[in-house]
Amino acid sequence: MNSVNDRSRDIGAFVPRDDDDMLICRCEEITKGEIRRAVHDGMWTMTEIRRYLRTGMGLCQGQTCARLVKGIVARELGVSPAELEPATSRVPMRPIEMEVFAKEAKEDGHE
Amino acid sequence: MNNTADVIVIGGGILGNATAYYLEKRGLHAIVLEGSDHIGNGGSSRNGGGVRQSGRDVRELPLVMYGIKNIWPTLSEELGVDCEYHQDGNLRLGKNEKHKEILTRLATNAKGCGLDVRMIDGKEVREINPYLSDEVTCASWCPTDGHANPLTTTLGYYKCARALGARFVTGEFVKEIRLVKGRAGKVVCASGDVYEGDNVVVLAGYDSRAILGTVGIDVPMTRSLLECLVTEAQPHMFDQMLGTAEADFYGHQTKHGSFVFGGSSGFEGYNKDNGTPISNAITAPCICRGIMKYFPILSKAKIVRTWAGWSDKSADGVPVVGAIEEVPGLYTSCAMTGHGFGIGPAVAHQLAQLIATGETDVDLHELRYDRFHAKI
Repeated sequence: MNSVNDRSRDIGAFVPRDDDDMLICRCEEITKGEIRRAVHDGMWTMTEIRRYLRTGMGLCQGQTCARLVKGIVARELGVSPAELEPATSRVPMRPIEMEVFAKEAKEDGHE
Repeated sequence: MNNTADVIVIGGGILGNATAYYLEKRGLHAIVLEGSDHIGNGGSSRNGGGVRQSGRDVRELPLVMYGIKNIWPTLSEELGVDCEYHQDGNLRLGKNEKHKEILTRLATNAKGCGLDVRMIDGKEVREINPYLSDEVTCASWCPTDGHANPLTTTLGYYKCARALGARFVTGEFVKEIRLVKGRAGKVVCASGDVYEGDNVVVLAGYDSRAILGTVGIDVPMTRSLLECLVTEAQPHMFDQMLGTAEADFYGHQTKHGSFVFGGSSGFEGYNKDNGTPISNAITAPCICRGIMKYFPILSKAKIVRTWAGWSDKSADGVPVVGAIEEVPGLYTSCAMTGHGFGIGPAVAHQLAQLIATGETDVDLHELRYDRFHAKI
């Protein structure tokens, strides 16, 4: 997938907006302004945004906000959302208690 | 864009980002080439966040201690991001006599280097961390160890280096270093792009081996999988970094409240991975079983995420850092063996100093690239 991406490309200056206080990632309480600011700090991929701000790292793992975050980042970069790769989905699909997850095998290691 | 700089940095992980940052601070212009699409996409984002000295080989201890003394304590203020650095000690836990022997040997070696590490019994362990089960009968305790957030630290260095003028290009996979009048001076990428500099620094994890190979240098290393799991946020419990003599698991509670625990299944090195570092179905449950023996209280904690990454393991378990004299203008830090995050800021700081002045504060002699010899 690798395509050359020069991070010094000029995307213009950060301009504050009225709706910057709007919560986008509800699990981790990240606002639209924080996401836009992160793009100007150099975070140009969904993966970098997630690692920098924790968007999509809470209980829902991005199942709620990922599309919204992508739209905001794309607009800030001046590209189509379709050009941005989604961040990697991680196992497990739903939060699962440690004692339940642990039962994948018995104590002696056999199923 | 001008593809010429004082230094071409290969690898956009914590080492590359921090090296670019310290070079720019010294007035040397750096171009950082990252092979993947994301900055900090290798081991820098895929590690347990340990910033520790205990358990390290005596050859790398001076460098680790240098970073913990001079860089880590003020790094959040310096970078303007929360690196979440905690210096609240490291407990390396043991459950039997064999563990105690291992831990005592490590502690004795580290003490010889002037590090404050001591053996404590089960009662003292639970005074430091009351959540640990009675199965824990001993531990080594190093009060100056700690942990930090690998994601914000790595990207914080990137943000600051970029703001100082360093140029970063992602998706720029390096194929070859070429010599110019006997010096490392040209870097050729898979895209066909060519970059030129007075110096070249190879900080590309396992890929460093192939890149250095293009100028006839070989650092013996293998690639090994590392897997972690993350819990949902829990009430604040403790701030120490944890490890075990048996290496069942390691980890800490983050500022966010989640626990990040790493561990292994025993099948590392035999995994089917199709060229991507992926989480294996058997590993996270195995780590859970290990954790619950030490922390029964966490058995109801929910796992929200698992992830995996590769570490570049050196043949003798100690990183390679420094200048490659055979090829003037060439420097590397690779085969980090899983220690790259905690040691990274110090390595980068010293590499920048070495490139700019020809000298270092810490003697890097024991970490040379050409120290590997056949056994007989």
